[in-house]
Amino acid sequence: MNKKFGIKEVVAVGIGTALFVVLTTIQIPIGIPNTYLQPRMAVMAFLAAVFGPVVGAIIGFVGHALGDAIFYGGVWWSWVIPEAIAGCVIGLLARKYRIREGGFNTRAIVLFNLMQIVGNALAWILVAPALDILIYAEPQDKVFIQGAYAFLGNIIIIGILGTILLVAYSKVAVNSKDLKKED
Amino acid sequence: MTRLISYEKKDTWIHRLSGFTKLVFFLVWCITSALTFDTRVLVVMLGIGVFIFLSSATKWKQVDSVFRVILFFMVLNLLFIFLFSPYEGTKIYGTRTELAALPFGIRLTAEQLFYEFNVMLKYFTVVPGVFIFLVTTDPSEFAASLNGVGIPYSVSYAVAITLRYIPDVQDDYRRIRNAQEARGLDMSVKAKLMTRIRRVASIIFPLLFSTMEKIEVVSNAMELRGFGKRKKRSWYAKKPLTRTDKGVIAFVLLFMAAAMIVTWADGSRFYNPFQ
Amino acid sequence: MEPIIEFKNYTFRYESQTEPTLRDINLKIDPGEKVLVVGLSGSGKSTLAHCINALNPCSRPGRSTGTLVVGGKNPAEAGVFGMSSIVGTVLQDTDGQFIGLTVAEDLAFALENDDVPQEEMRERVLSVARDVGMEAFLDRSPGELSGGQKQRVSMGGVMVDDVRVLLFDEPLANLDPAAGKHAIALIDEIGREKNMTILIIEHRLEDALYRAVDRIVVMNEGRILADAPPDELLCTDVLNRVGIREPLYLTAIRHAGCTLRPDDHPSSIERMNLKPYRDAVCSWYEQTAPEAPAETGKVVLSVRDVSYEYRSGEPVLKNIHFDIYEGEMLAIVGKNGAGKSTLSSLICGFLTPTSGSILLDGSDIAPLSVKERGERIGLVMQSPNQMISKPMIREEVGLGLVARGVPDSQVTQRVDNTLKICGLWPYRNWPVGALSFGQKKRVSIASILVIKPRLLILDEPTAGQDYRHYTEIMEFLRRLNRETGITILMITHDMHLMLEYTDRSIVLADGEQIADTTPAYVLTDSSICERASLKETSLYPLAIACGISRPGAFVERFIACDRENRRNLFGEKPHGEPWEVQG
Repeated sequence: MNKKFGIKEVVAVGIGTALFVVLTTIQIPIGIPNTYLQPRMAVMAFLAAVFGPVVGAIIGFVGHALGDAIFYGGVWWSWVIPEAIAGCVIGLLARKYRIREGGFNTRAIVLFNLMQIVGNALAWILVAPALDILIYAEPQDKVFIQGAYAFLGNIIIIGILGTILLVAYSKVAVNSKDLKKED
Repeated sequence: MTRLISYEKKDTWIHRLSGFTKLVFFLVWCITSALTFDTRVLVVMLGIGVFIFLSSATKWKQVDSVFRVILFFMVLNLLFIFLFSPYEGTKIYGTRTELAALPFGIRLTAEQLFYEFNVMLKYFTVVPGVFIFLVTTDPSEFAASLNGVGIPYSVSYAVAITLRYIPDVQDDYRRIRNAQEARGLDMSVKAKLMTRIRRVASIIFPLLFSTMEKIEVVSNAMELRGFGKRKKRSWYAKKPLTRTDKGVIAFVLLFMAAAMIVTWADGSRFYNPFQ
Repeated sequence: MEPIIEFKNYTFRYESQTEPTLRDINLKIDPGEKVLVVGLSGSGKSTLAHCINALNPCSRPGRSTGTLVVGGKNPAEAGVFGMSSIVGTVLQDTDGQFIGLTVAEDLAFALENDDVPQEEMRERVLSVARDVGMEAFLDRSPGELSGGQKQRVSMGGVMVDDVRVLLFDEPLANLDPAAGKHAIALIDEIGREKNMTILIIEHRLEDALYRAVDRIVVMNEGRILADAPPDELLCTDVLNRVGIREPLYLTAIRHAGCTLRPDDHPSSIERMNLKPYRDAVCSWYEQTAPEAPAETGKVVLSVRDVSYEYRSGEPVLKNIHFDIYEGEMLAIVGKNGAGKSTLSSLICGFLTPTSGSILLDGSDIAPLSVKERGERIGLVMQSPNQMISKPMIREEVGLGLVARGVPDSQVTQRVDNTLKICGLWPYRNWPVGALSFGQKKRVSIASILVIKPRLLILDEPTAGQDYRHYTEIMEFLRRLNRETGITILMITHDMHLMLEYTDRSIVLADGEQIADTTPAYVLTDSSICERASLKETSLYPLAIACGISRPGAFVERFIACDRENRRNLFGEKPHGEPWEVQG
């Protein structure tokens, strides 16, 4: 597990969060009213998978809080904290994905997606509704349904977009040596 | 993306406060608002919020569009609460005062209205805090303030980097999106979900790729100038605490204590006018 | 005197590579010396610099043999932090090095990291801001500064640490010609005033020589090929052999059949004794036939009286008016902020003109969407990394066609054709990551060409490239232009590019169009150059000194003649095959 928080991680958090915040307004509707896929989640998952759990968690936390604040004028802590949890869980096995070494193979893809499903489930089906009830005393049915939608939206966007980005980056980042020119 | 709220340099007593004070105020304010559901406390908090907002000389224009977004989500949320649980208020307050009959056999109760009114108040107590914090705090001071409340300086500085690079990333994003659109990859047109996601990927990927390159360059530059050399770090933009600062911090802490006492005096976080 | 930097039989190999990047380096630099290190990308010059500031091997692991002593320390042992108080490094990327939110904070960055108390910090920041002439801009954010100003801040940001050596890694790469000139002058002043040792890594020799240096070190394939005072070095053929562009006025003098002598001070056109060469240059000029003006085709794009205001009352472009003819290669030049990119955004449809109109093949394009315009006007961004979004070359090139719903069979055929035209056929099944920068650039051009636009707009096609890669990219574009007849519009502040590869330049300054003429005339007109932040070509003072009455004509004749030479120098290769580059 990558627990080191060196200069590269500091910068990854900094610029990664900037990217996360900028992408806040990009949303893809999926036909269900008021439910959108958030590409910024895929970016967070990408950076968590590359740089590890601490980077993932801070990008989720700061990015969500800052994005909410500057675009929506409020900070919904009950959704900020779960975002950090999701980022952390996704990054837990960062070493195993070996993205920068070009090792993001089928096994790693499956592992990454398992982790992101677990992380999102923990965040949106468990923690977010619990916090909504604790802080805002909102009705149980409502918060769990909301959480379920968030869970679904996030595992879809991370599962598709996140995986696309990671596979592509893993291929591009690496300098293959055994390539031959063809006629 | 012109709609976002941003810092505007002015000279009011709120602008002169140290970023540390504003951060402490904001955090304590959020925590207090999260813990209480007492209508009296919430009304007072909203009143104080509006007062501070007015004395920060913030023009309505600066926050107008964001405020509309908030209203929209607020109404939507209140509607959802009602649809999912029209008797939530009754559950909380323990009484049932029916006011009117609605379709599908649902009754509108005074308790429900009061409960949703409280939920609304609770959201609104945080809003002026966010506005003021963002509009009156010099971003340069932000990292020093975070470090001041006990966040490690490496993480605090990461936030400074975020603020530094948001405009650059935004610029990159705009240019890449334009160029890809000219290539035929537009996001606006209706298309199948997978196609849309692929098009978003074609914009995000180059952005992410240049982000990864930028991370490399910036971390080299920071290392060359000694970032992380020592256990402590000083801050050029840090404002020392004045008497007003200390006063404000004392006030908000006392306010929180008082709010908690008032809230929990009857053993419940809800203020109940029905019993 | 004890040297401040000394390499002895030094060899360095990156862990990730099998071959050493530096071999047998022996180099001594005395305190207060000013040394220019030149070499192509991949020659090892940046690696050399990063061994001095300890980024190698501390940040990028590697093995070294032999010894290196900098300021009495071994960098590998002292580490990056240990070296940062001796060597100040100014990186090429001024945006990447600008870390603070404001000028003052960026200048203070190193002091903050040293936990210097605030009051002392403010004093030292102010004093260093004065040294680099930025004291009036202390609370500005990077977005409000020009490239040159950002570089001044970078310089101040490392000087604040009281370093003894200033190391510049390609300081001219991101600056327009005038800003580059100022940067070189400032480096010179600071070096003298503070008696600092200065090491400039750069491949733009002529611009770097705007102020005198003590020595030039030439690197090639990891070795030091020459180490001599500039006057001596410039009289040899080392630079030509390595592929570094010598100052243009010297090339012209050689063209005229002269042999250069160190005693005449060839390193500076201002100080050079031109008497021995004058007659030869004049007779060369008279004997060379002027190039016949190219025939103009029909008008492809017509920009008519276009103005654009960002906000009401803040004009960014005022009454821009020009035509572009079929098959032309032309440039839009001007400093950053002059409105160049706004103009290309207006043509591509990202922005809408406040007044005026743009016609393509005679019809107004206002009703066309960005996507529709994209079928006829292709835009290639500065960095290929900003465009490439697919990991495999074929997919990337075909992306625009697939998005436009072109049937698969046609996609394959058109992609194959384009790959052949662009010399990428041998690499068709490679991942993009395995390509060199120049090849990636070609992939990004191919991905636009495949759509078959009438007009190709390229934003700074050669930014940051050395002479060889510059020539590679530009020869490719020229061939494309000749063979397919495509019209090419380039946005640039590279004077060589406009001189050597365009027929016409449209010059913008402060949102106004101040010239529409041949590049040779632009670069011999001091008032245009000044307003557009360009620099007069050094051929101009040469022509004047030789008593040639029409310097513009002299420049044109020389450039035409030099084109041949350049092609011979790097060898015209079929399919535009790239030169091998390491790292």
